[in-house]
Amino acid sequence: MSGRDEALRLRNRRAAPLARVPVLDGDRFAETIADAVSGGDRIISLFGLVETPDTLRLVAVLGDDEQGQLRAISSLVSQQLPPLSRGCPQAARFEREIAEQCGAAVAGFQAPKPVRRHPPDHAPSGWPARPHDRDWFPFTSIAGEEVHEVAVGPVHAGVIEPGHFRFQAHGEEVLSLDIMLGYQHRGVERLLEALDRRRAVLVAESIAGDTVIAHTSAWCGAIEALARCQKSPRAQALRGIALELERLANHIGDLGTLAGDVAYQPAAAYFGRLRGECLNLLMLVSGNRYGRGLVRPGGVGFDVPAEMAAEIGLRVGQLREALPPVASLLLDAPSVQSRFEGTGVVSAELCGVHGFVGPVARSAGVLRDVRHDYPYGVYRFVQIPVASAWAGDVFARALVRWLEIQRSLEFVTEQLRALPRGECRVPCGALAPGELVVALEEGWRGEVVHVAVTDDAGRIRRHKVTDPSFRNWDAVALAMRGGQISDFPLCNKSFNLSYAGHDL
Amino acid sequence: MLSAILSLALLLMLAPLLPGVAARTRSLLTGRRGPPVHQLYIDLWKLMRRGVVYSETTTPIFRLAPIVVAATVVIAATLVPLDRTSSVLRFSGDAVAFAYLLGLGRFLLVLGALDTGSSFEGMGASREVTFASIVELGLFFAIATLAVATQELSLSGMLGAPLGRHWAQAAPSLVMVALGLFSLLLAECARVPVDDPSTHLELTMIHEVMVLDHGGPDLALLLFAGAAKLAVFSALVVALIVPAPARSLPVALAILVAGTVGVAIAVGVVESATARLRLPTVPLYLAGAAALAGFGLVLVVR
Repeated sequence: MSGRDEALRLRNRRAAPLARVPVLDGDRFAETIADAVSGGDRIISLFGLVETPDTLRLVAVLGDDEQGQLRAISSLVSQQLPPLSRGCPQAARFEREIAEQCGAAVAGFQAPKPVRRHPPDHAPSGWPARPHDRDWFPFTSIAGEEVHEVAVGPVHAGVIEPGHFRFQAHGEEVLSLDIMLGYQHRGVERLLEALDRRRAVLVAESIAGDTVIAHTSAWCGAIEALARCQKSPRAQALRGIALELERLANHIGDLGTLAGDVAYQPAAAYFGRLRGECLNLLMLVSGNRYGRGLVRPGGVGFDVPAEMAAEIGLRVGQLREALPPVASLLLDAPSVQSRFEGTGVVSAELCGVHGFVGPVARSAGVLRDVRHDYPYGVYRFVQIPVASAWAGDVFARALVRWLEIQRSLEFVTEQLRALPRGECRVPCGALAPGELVVALEEGWRGEVVHVAVTDDAGRIRRHKVTDPSFRNWDAVALAMRGGQISDFPLCNKSFNLSYAGHDL
Repeated sequence: MLSAILSLALLLMLAPLLPGVAARTRSLLTGRRGPPVHQLYIDLWKLMRRGVVYSETTTPIFRLAPIVVAATVVIAATLVPLDRTSSVLRFSGDAVAFAYLLGLGRFLLVLGALDTGSSFEGMGASREVTFASIVELGLFFAIATLAVATQELSLSGMLGAPLGRHWAQAAPSLVMVALGLFSLLLAECARVPVDDPSTHLELTMIHEVMVLDHGGPDLALLLFAGAAKLAVFSALVVALIVPAPARSLPVALAILVAGTVGVAIAVGVVESATARLRLPTVPLYLAGAAALAGFGLVLVVR
């Protein structure tokens, strides 16, 4: 029997006892992951959980997108980790993260490349500390005539988050790109584990400032599943509306900044204004332009009265009329197409190997959408078609955003027309002890993963957060290879990844 | 002579208005209000009162660059017949001097950029020099076409006397030269589709990145030189395409002002109608502009 068959079967937001997660031998654990991934599964989450002062429990959550089936396996390991990324590149980033968070050693590496450059904060107390140097980072270096190195950041010319980019370039051509992050590490996971629920929800809202609804919904999804709390249909619908409004605001804003990056002013200006309209809709619902305070355990913090629903419906109707001409202004302009097409290509093969998610994967023809694959909440009743494109370039990523904008607008309109009645928030009680829950949410950047494990007293023992940016930053580096260094800002903007969401 | 000096003074005073006019045009066409038209005057005044910080790695070349850049543009302007009769300075073959005065300014600007040792400025310098080599070709095709059409070797000779007669004879050539010259103007003055004057992204910039390390009065000089360059090139285009003779100085000055502002509006229109070119295709665009002027030459030589 293969390790995958032994694995505990899970569903999105259905808690199960941790004790039922099979414990495999380290090597078998690594093999099982590698086999499952080569068989088409995806690593949803892979993290370390302190078991005893000397042992770490590795927990892997594998996802079968076609069946909507999640599987969990685990392994008890010493400071030397089993070879997780051997033959499984998708595990590499998780392996590095575990080494960093738990102070473990990775097979075959003196020191793995840092992910966020922070001292271990989830290490078993009995393990000897490994040396930590915040400034150490093994940059790729290419020698040769006319090869030059360009360093950008962490302080950038625009008002964006900090991150350091190191290019090895030959003239205008990029040979390789290293991305050094970790400037925004705040210890989010520790905070989510240590704080009481009322404060933790505020931390969840701050994981990435532009993904408030998705992260908070995923966090609440985990808490509610552990508390066996059944949300009302009305709350689920309102969360769905808020999530799509967040997606609308960000996608519209992205199309605007993409236009701005190729100096195409008309589309940049119009999209910029329309993004504001979407933020104002969230403001109307929650009193905050980014939707803070809206999603709360047990439902939503604010109800939408009938007249407000009518007002939102009216404004969404205006957006549906205003957006198509602007989108055609951008996507049909030959000068824009010539910039977008063929720039920053991410192939479907790369998406498969590295497990990229969200619009990045969908624009390469890899149909991954949590709303479709692991339906939850309102998405169990209303299907949103998965938007996709094939080319995997900047144009495809812009096109997927535009398709998703249209579908989100339809969804919001439809939901507002028949908003279920009922309470918008129900009490959410104590958490079940000794359980594991995986909460997936399709944020506008892609799959947001929150995995929570409770201890015997029903307190949060481990809360693992994986922002889509964590998986997709490698896509930026790979997309730039062989590209023009002058296209980097455009390419980077077409991914528009979060630094804070990655750094946690 | 007096009228030439007067019109030169007017052009230089007017120059900082032109980027503002282009920006305002772009703003209005894209549904925004935009900064005031006289924004650059405010910026120049602000920068002139500021101190300067020089990097320890730079040499006096870095300090020399803004002065030379501004000076060469002003001297080049003295060679252009702005009052529709004659320029302040004129000699046989001054058209060549015009091209290479701008070249000298660019040379110093590039040296200043390389002097900082910054990889961004090095990239900007390399782009500027690559593109300038094609711009120069187009500029000489344009000059040669005018020289052959008018049988003159100085800019005053070519463009001083109104071209009305030549428009009757060599209109296709002159149209091509005018279009070529306008396309080169967009490149030379760092506008869309070659460069983006409003970007802040070091990796994509051409002209802007080379002035990143300059501050205070030095930056003011560079900004003024950029505006003056736009004014001078606009004046060239105006002299070429407006064949009306100047009956008096006020009429000539009115044509100059209206014409240069008109060119700035055209720049703004182009900027709001098209995206920027991908960097590797910029040489194609420039070669196209040069070829246009080159065909003009072929037509008049025939």
